[in-house]
Amino acid sequence: MTELALPKIDKKIIDRKDEIVKNLSKISGSDNVLSHPDEVKPYETDALAAYTQTPLSVILPKDTNEVSEILKYCHKENVKVIPRGAGTGLSGGALPLQDAVILGLGKFNKILNIDYENKCVVTQPGVTNLGITHAVQHKGFYYAPDPSSQLACSIGGNVAENSGGVHSLKYGTTTNNILGVEMVLMDGTICRFGGKTLDQEGYDLMGLICGSEGLLGVVTEVTVKILKKPQVVKAALIGFPTIEEGGNAASDIISNGIVPAGMEIMDKALIEATDNFSKAGYPRDAELLLIVELDGTESEVNELLKKVSEISKKNNCSSLKLSKNEEERLKFWAGRKAAFPACGAMAPDYYCMDGVIPRGKLAEALLEIKKLSKKYELLVANCFHAGDGNLHPLIMFDGSDKEQLRKTEEFGAEILKLCVKLGGVITGEHGVGIEKRELMCEMFNDRDIQQQLDIKKSLDEKNLLNPGKVYPILRKCAEEGRVHVHKNENKFPDLPRF
Amino acid sequence: MSTKMKINSQIFQDSNNTYFPKTEEEVSILIKEFYKKNLPTEIVGTNTKSFIGNKTQTSNKISLSKLSGIIDYFPEELYIKVKAGTPLEDVEKALEKNNQELAFEPIDLGFIENGKTNKGTVAGCLSCNYAGSRRFKVGSVRDHVLGFQGINGKGEIIKSGGTVVKNVTGYDLSKLITGSFGTLSILTEITLKVLPKKKFSNTIVIDVEDHKKIYDLFNQISGSSSEVSGAVFIPNEPEDKNYKKNRDQIFKFNDLDFKGPFLAFRIEGDKISINEKIKSLTEELQLNTFRTFLLDSYQSDPFWKKINNLELFEKTENNLLRIVIEPSNGSKMMKYINNKFKYYIDWCGSLFWIEVPAKKNMKVKEIKKMAIEFGGYLTIIKTSPDYDYDETIFTVDDVRLMISKKIKESFDPKRILNPGKMYRGV
Repeated sequence: MTELALPKIDKKIIDRKDEIVKNLSKISGSDNVLSHPDEVKPYETDALAAYTQTPLSVILPKDTNEVSEILKYCHKENVKVIPRGAGTGLSGGALPLQDAVILGLGKFNKILNIDYENKCVVTQPGVTNLGITHAVQHKGFYYAPDPSSQLACSIGGNVAENSGGVHSLKYGTTTNNILGVEMVLMDGTICRFGGKTLDQEGYDLMGLICGSEGLLGVVTEVTVKILKKPQVVKAALIGFPTIEEGGNAASDIISNGIVPAGMEIMDKALIEATDNFSKAGYPRDAELLLIVELDGTESEVNELLKKVSEISKKNNCSSLKLSKNEEERLKFWAGRKAAFPACGAMAPDYYCMDGVIPRGKLAEALLEIKKLSKKYELLVANCFHAGDGNLHPLIMFDGSDKEQLRKTEEFGAEILKLCVKLGGVITGEHGVGIEKRELMCEMFNDRDIQQQLDIKKSLDEKNLLNPGKVYPILRKCAEEGRVHVHKNENKFPDLPRF
Repeated sequence: MSTKMKINSQIFQDSNNTYFPKTEEEVSILIKEFYKKNLPTEIVGTNTKSFIGNKTQTSNKISLSKLSGIIDYFPEELYIKVKAGTPLEDVEKALEKNNQELAFEPIDLGFIENGKTNKGTVAGCLSCNYAGSRRFKVGSVRDHVLGFQGINGKGEIIKSGGTVVKNVTGYDLSKLITGSFGTLSILTEITLKVLPKKKFSNTIVIDVEDHKKIYDLFNQISGSSSEVSGAVFIPNEPEDKNYKKNRDQIFKFNDLDFKGPFLAFRIEGDKISINEKIKSLTEELQLNTFRTFLLDSYQSDPFWKKINNLELFEKTENNLLRIVIEPSNGSKMMKYINNKFKYYIDWCGSLFWIEVPAKKNMKVKEIKKMAIEFGGYLTIIKTSPDYDYDETIFTVDDVRLMISKKIKESFDPKRILNPGKMYRGV
C-alpha cells in the first residue's frame, strides 16, 4: 500500500502513557481500560484491514457521564481520542493512532425505550442495526436503513457514517430515519439534538452530526424512527443483452414514475462470478442483470411489476422472471448478496470501490470502467445500487505482486475520479475515513474544505477528536487504498457485503 | 459617491438600500465589501416569510429575487437544480409537466399575510424548513435538499452535497443550512430531490371529537402500512369575536355534508391501490363505527391545498404559533387548548397551529412551556401588531444556543448575515 500520512505523533503523550491510563482508570475502572499490547490488539484496525496502528490505550465507558469525564480529561491533557462502534467501517474511520485513546462504545448495548405510540426506539449506540428491527418486528415494525453489515454494525456507527443500504431511494439513509441524538463534545459537554418529535427547530445539528465520521462528537444515544412493514414485497429478475439496454430500462423505470424499494444491477463478470458461487440461477447469457424489488399492497405491487415487465420488454430484455413467493424472492437476492465473496473466490485479492453516479450515466460508466480494466490488465466486476446511483466496482488482483497492487490503486482512483466527472461523488455509503481523504479535492476546492474544517474547529478547537480522517492531510490528490481484501480474509468474514 | 458605486456599479440598489444581485459573483462581491466594512445585512427572497423571526437591525438588505432560474432539471435523475431566488411556483410548474413534485409539500404563507397564494422562493422555503402535511410520511424540506452552493459571511463561495441521493462525502451542510433563516450563508444554487406525483388522492373524513379517540386514530394511521400521506384534525372554531370565522366556508365540499369537528386522512396512488388501502384501513381503524365521508381526487386535492395554505388563519392579525410535540402528548395538548383558541392539528398528531388573540399575548409563554414539557418546541410565526411580550420567537436551550453561536462563527465570524434573526448573538 502507499504509505499513509497520519497526524504528527505527540511523543510526550506516549511517554505519559502510564499516568494517562491511571487517570482514565479512575473514571471507568481499571477493568475497563486496556493498555497491554495483547489487549489492544483487536482494536488496531477496523474493516479497512490494510492499515493497522496500535493505540495508546482503549477505554470502554459504560454511561454518558463517563464519556463526558473521559473527553473532559483528554481535552485538558491534549490526548487524542478515536471513537469506535463495532469496527465494521470500510474506510478506516476508526483507525487508531499511536498517541490516541480508543473510546469503545461496546458497553452501550442496550435498547432504552421502545415507543410504539411515537413510532420510535431510543437506543444506546452500540446496539446493532438489525438488533433494532429484531426488537420491534414481532409487532410488524422495522428500522428502514439496511447496510449490508447490519448484523454487526452498530447504530452509533451508522450515525457517524450516515449508512445507507439497498433501499435508500424509497426509504432514505440514516439521516432521514433518526429523530434525535445525545452526544458529547470533545470538551465533555453533553448535548441533545432532536428527540421524539419530527424536525428540530434551529440549526439542524443532528443533520450535521450524521455522517460526520466521529469528528464532531461522540454519540451516546440515538432515537430512530420505526416503520410498519409493507404488506407485500415482490421482485423481478431481468436479463439484458447489452449494457445500454439494461441501463436504459433502469432509467425508464424511474422516469415512468415508479419508485422501487430496491433496484440492483450486476454486470456480466459479476453474474458469472456470483452464479458460480451461489447457484442463484442467473441468466448466464445476459450482459446486464437487473433486480427490481417493489413493495406496497398486493394489487399495487402486481400493477407495478406489470409496468416493470413492459418497460423491460420495450428495452429488449433477454429474460424476465417474477418472484412467485418469498422463497423465490430471496433466491433472486442470494447471488447479489454473494457478490463480494464470489469475487474473493476468483482472485487472491479484491478492492471494493464506493462511488456514486447519476443513474442515467450507468452505461457510460461501465463502458469506461471496461476500458480501464483493459488498460490496467485487471479484472473488474460491477454491482450497482441503481435506485440511488451507488456503484461498487470490485477490482480483482494479486496483492503479492507489488506492481499489480500499484496498478489496482491507480485504477481505483481513476474510477472515483470518473464518478465525479459524470456528476457523482466519491463515496455513497462507506465514508471518506482515511481511505478517500486525498480524493476530497476531486469534489471540493480549498474554500469548501476550509469551511468544513472551520466547523470542526468550532466544536473541537484542539483537533483531538478522530484527527487525520476525512480531510486531506497532503492537500493533493494521492492514490490511497480502497477496501482491500486478501484471500477473502475480510476483517468480518461472516458479514455479507453488498 | 454612493455606497452602491463604491461596491460595484453593476449591482442594482434601490432607494431603501436594498441590493439586487443578479449573479453569485455579485453576491460574493457585496458580502466581501460588507465584511470588510463590518456592515450587517438582511437577506430576503421575495419577502413572503420575512416576518418570521426577530427584526434584524441592519441598514442594508440583499434581495435574491433577481437570482432566479432553473439551472438543470433531469426528471429521470429525480433532481432539479435552481438559482436560489427562483419562485417555488416556477419549480412546481416545471415539475408538474413531468408528473413530478416536491414531495414535502411546501406550505404557502401568502394567505396568512394577505389572503392570497404566494409561496416565495426556493431559498426562502429552505431557510424556514417548513414542510406540509406529507411530512410524517416523506420527510421534511431538509430531507429533500441534495446540495447547495452559497456565500458565507466572509463572501466566499462554498458548496456541499451534490445531485445524487446517496452521498457521504464530507459534512452534510445541506442539512445545517436548511432551517437556518439565512444566518449561515446566502444560498445561490440549490439542488432538490423530486419524486413522481401520485396519480390520485382520496380523503376520508371522520366525524370525531373525543381527544382520546382522535389520538387512537392518529396512532393507528401512523402505524399502518397503508402509506397514509396526510392526517389532520380540524376542530370547531371557538366562540370568540377575536377570531375570524371561516372554517365552514373553507371546508365546503360537495361530499362533506357536515359541520362538526373532524379528522381527515389522505391516501394517494393509482385507483386500484387507493381502493385496496381504503379497504384495509377501514378494517384497521374500524371506520364502520364512525360516520365517514369520502372526498374523491377533485375534492381531496383542494382540501389539502387549503390545509397547506393555512387558510384557516387567513390575514390574521393575531399571534400565530407553530408547535411540534410528541404525538403521545397530543391529547393532553388538546385538553389544554379545550377550544379556547382557534387551532388545528397536522402531521398525524405532531404539529399544532394555534392562533392566540392579541389580547391573550401572555398565553404564548404558557403554551411554550407546555410544548417543551411535551417533548417539543414552539415557534412564533407571526406576532400581533401590539405584541410586546418578551418571549423568544424560537425555542432553544443553553447548550444548543452555545453550539449555534460556534457554528455561526465558523460561517460568519463578523455576524454579517441576518444577525439576531434567530437568537441574540447568532
